[in-house]
Amino acid sequence: MGLIEDAAERVGTEVNNLKLNVQDAVEAMAHEYAGSLYDSILTTKLGKVVGWAQKNALWPATFGLACCAIEMMAMANSRWDAARFGAEVFRASPRQADLMIVSGRVSQKMAPILKQIYDQMPEPKWVISMGACASCGGIFNNYSIVQGVDRVIPVDVYVPGCPPGPEALLYGLIKLQEKIMAEAGTEKAKKRAA
Amino acid sequence: MSVTEQGLLERDKDTMTLNMGPQHPSTHGVFRVILEMDGEIVKTAEPEIGYLHTGIEKNCENKRYIHVIPMTDRLDYLNPPGNNLAFCLTTEKLLGVEIPERAQSLRVIMCELARIASHLVWLGTHALDIGAMTVFLYCWREREMVLDLNEEVSGVRMMTSYIRVGGVAKDATRPWLDGIRDFIDYFPAKVDEYELLLTNNPIWIDRTQGIGVLSREEAIDWSLSGPALRASGVNWDIRKSHPYSGYEKYSFDVPVYQGGDIYDRYRVRIEEMRQSREIVKQAIEKLPAGDYKTPDNKVSLPPRETLDTSMEALIHHFKLVSEGISVPKGEAYVPIEGPRGEVGFYIVSDGTNIPYRVKLRAPSFMAIPGIWELTYLASQEYSCPT
Repeated sequence: MGLIEDAAERVGTEVNNLKLNVQDAVEAMAHEYAGSLYDSILTTKLGKVVGWAQKNALWPATFGLACCAIEMMAMANSRWDAARFGAEVFRASPRQADLMIVSGRVSQKMAPILKQIYDQMPEPKWVISMGACASCGGIFNNYSIVQGVDRVIPVDVYVPGCPPGPEALLYGLIKLQEKIMAEAGTEKAKKRAA
Repeated sequence: MSVTEQGLLERDKDTMTLNMGPQHPSTHGVFRVILEMDGEIVKTAEPEIGYLHTGIEKNCENKRYIHVIPMTDRLDYLNPPGNNLAFCLTTEKLLGVEIPERAQSLRVIMCELARIASHLVWLGTHALDIGAMTVFLYCWREREMVLDLNEEVSGVRMMTSYIRVGGVAKDATRPWLDGIRDFIDYFPAKVDEYELLLTNNPIWIDRTQGIGVLSREEAIDWSLSGPALRASGVNWDIRKSHPYSGYEKYSFDVPVYQGGDIYDRYRVRIEEMRQSREIVKQAIEKLPAGDYKTPDNKVSLPPRETLDTSMEALIHHFKLVSEGISVPKGEAYVPIEGPRGEVGFYIVSDGTNIPYRVKLRAPSFMAIPGIWELTYLASQEYSCPT
């Protein structure tokens, strides 16, 4: 009898010790992780979430104009890989695109078509003016080239260069993403989506 | 009544009129074609151009000769060195200057690398339009190597402006030459890789063989040049027939096929890439020592170190920078073989430092008038089988 009671008592003590240990450990963990527990709960505005989603899924319209279009293709290609920024899905139809990269010189004959394609794109939409010609006419200051695409459509980001390298265009894309994020949830973003 | 007058997307008898472009996923550039479709078969195609009219010829009329060179880069932006070369050769013909052998070899290397890069864009985008995305990615992989070489020697990836009147902009650098050696060792296996993907591919064959056939006579009549002409069985290459920049020194083949269809044009370009690589290899192996530009100080700047010691050099430097090159009165035309065909400048000089008139003979522009007539003629044959 004595042996069994002894054993039961010892087991009971062990269990109690374990319980205490666990309790201590949990308390220690709660104390230790208290800070980061609060960090892992996100509080944000819906507008910011929408902006975050939009900036990471910019779909450019397939719209190559001149020399810059070749560098734009290079940007989408394996070496520079615009997919890292979620902007590799070039859409053939402007109805499915929300980013227009004006890549090259815009002639007087092309300007109305460019405007039409821009109008066909659903809101919200953004425009990157790629290269010197699209931004200001570049070296072609003459009768046939529109001296800057911002005379026809609103431009968000200008990328300098003749032609800008793919890395420059990627930098322009990142700047546009920053702009989308900065605008997200504000009146500007609402106007853009309207 | 033309197709345009009938209106677009209008059903007319058995055919449908369809507008293609100027913004279209398969127009790599801006070009509009009005198609008359019978199911999937294009019966007629009426091209409309001018969406990328840039007015470069007009701009050239108030630019000095040296300032025209960056404009030529942007004419055919897949072949900037070729355009530079055509302009410089014509100006040099008017000036009557001799170009050192080293400069000629450097020019040949640049032009042949540009031909490879240009054909890679053609092959990649063509395959992409048919649905072969892999080829597109592979072609761009090799094209990036050529662009890196361009950047090494000229500082720019695409618009090199490397070839100048009187020679080239600067001498070859060691990393550039090493890079080219690496590239010519690496490249042939890659061409085989493209061929492995396409040449015997049933989809590729179905969609290229027997399509867009141009007979030998039609190709000549419609003033085609370059690979399109050689795929129609005409052995015509300006590098062989009117050698320039020392092309007569290199041994290379001119690929000629008889089919005249898209498939043969593809085979010509694939073979041309191999031949271009051969030319670059020979040029690198036999690269002569010497000047990279003409010592004539009326055309090219005197070396920097002479400016401190020679009054004459200083005067030449000042005159050349402030006034530019004065070209004697006269007119000249020099063609070269570009990746798309004959590129040539016709320059009229009135003896000043600004060209009186610059006229460009661009290969693709010359080929466009044939599209409408050829498809129209083809449709006549199609509807009246004999």
